[in-house]
Amino acid sequence: MNKVVSGADEAIRDIEDGMTLMLGGFGLCGLPEKCIGALVKKGVKQLTCISNNAGVDNFGIGLMLQNRQVKKMISSYVGENAEFERQLLSGELDVELIPQGTLATRCMAAGYGMPAIFTPAGIGTEVAEGKEVRNFNGKDYLMEMAFDADFAIVKAWKGDTLGNLIYKSTARNFNPVMAMAGKITIAEVEELVEPGTLDPDHIHTPGIYVHRIFKGEGYEKRIEHKTVRQKGSENTI
Amino acid sequence: MLDKTGIAKRIAKEIKDGYYVNLGIGIPTLVANYIPESLDVILQSENGLLGMGPFPFDGEEDPDLINAGKQTITMLPGSAVFDSAMSFGMIRAQKVHLTILGAMEVSENGDIANWKIPGKMVKGMGGAMDLVASAQNIVVAMQHVNKAGESKLLPKCTLPLTGVNCVKKIVTELAVLDVLPEGGFKLLERAPGISVDYIMKATAGKLVIEGEIPQMVL
Repeated sequence: MNKVVSGADEAIRDIEDGMTLMLGGFGLCGLPEKCIGALVKKGVKQLTCISNNAGVDNFGIGLMLQNRQVKKMISSYVGENAEFERQLLSGELDVELIPQGTLATRCMAAGYGMPAIFTPAGIGTEVAEGKEVRNFNGKDYLMEMAFDADFAIVKAWKGDTLGNLIYKSTARNFNPVMAMAGKITIAEVEELVEPGTLDPDHIHTPGIYVHRIFKGEGYEKRIEHKTVRQKGSENTI
Repeated sequence: MLDKTGIAKRIAKEIKDGYYVNLGIGIPTLVANYIPESLDVILQSENGLLGMGPFPFDGEEDPDLINAGKQTITMLPGSAVFDSAMSFGMIRAQKVHLTILGAMEVSENGDIANWKIPGKMVKGMGGAMDLVASAQNIVVAMQHVNKAGESKLLPKCTLPLTGVNCVKKIVTELAVLDVLPEGGFKLLERAPGISVDYIMKATAGKLVIEGEIPQMVL
């Protein structure tokens, strides 16, 4: 039951061209930066990436885009990445933009063993084109399918060798639902501990969902928009 | 004519005691500055937080703690963190009382467009489609006219839609308007120094004016 691998290179060893990957994180927060670095180094191509955002130009999934490793992105918001927008508008990159809640819930459905969900998000818009609409209690809902991903790659704060995970603050975001949704789930953590160290009542992702785990060294944790307030200022935002 | 701060101040008056509120990116984020301290209000950030607090002091920022606009923030005492599926679960289940978001266009029947300009700008809808499809109360912060002076309050949206029949109230640099259930923008308040005539010229969609229109109190 020991799921520990030596590092990111070993964790992603069997990710191949053309596979579908889920990558946790919201913006650059809670991003599996060590595995992304290893994927860039390995150079696997024609990937379909499911991730809420596409990183920024020189960090996160943006690095894989620069390297032309991504065939298709499935995201909800890509506004911070000029290279992404360029590849999208020029037709080099296939992009499916979907509502953020739909994205999260399609991950959740996969992790809960449910084939589809119904959501009102996108009714009456181009997101609804070609999709089944069902009316429940007088309101229309779109049927959206559970994701089917070869690998889910997530970042947690603490994990144990059995794969139990705890996330920190808003670095949690998509990580728990993606961890549940991969055929193979890789977790990179800041602290890797022995079983029994983490309080069972505080586990966010039970280890049954996690297949490989390693401790990442030297997290950069880049901040996308550093916003601060001055002492004594009335304004808080 | 109101600036962004003025729009944010006016929208803050829509927030009531006991509300859970989701603030979108841009002007809606500024609304947090003008919520009276006497009100018990909890801000939801769709990336997975209830209890969003102010920006941190310089040097105290935490890369693991951001809002939906990817800005560094703080958590207030009593905050709760959750994953993205639960975040949109509480939105879909209408636990959030008020959603404030920006728009490029709104139509007289309450349709909203704010995520795409074909061939020019594709940023994505983020959480906007989920929010507008489920929120019980949506207030839109927007510019009444574009840089060319053309109205953004239209009979029908020209841009790809984010949601249909969902906007209830609009606050612009010129006016506060309700979207009537039967269609049409009902003029409620004028911005300081702005005439009803000026607002009529700036509104392409059906404008409903009944009686004297008061000036906004900020």
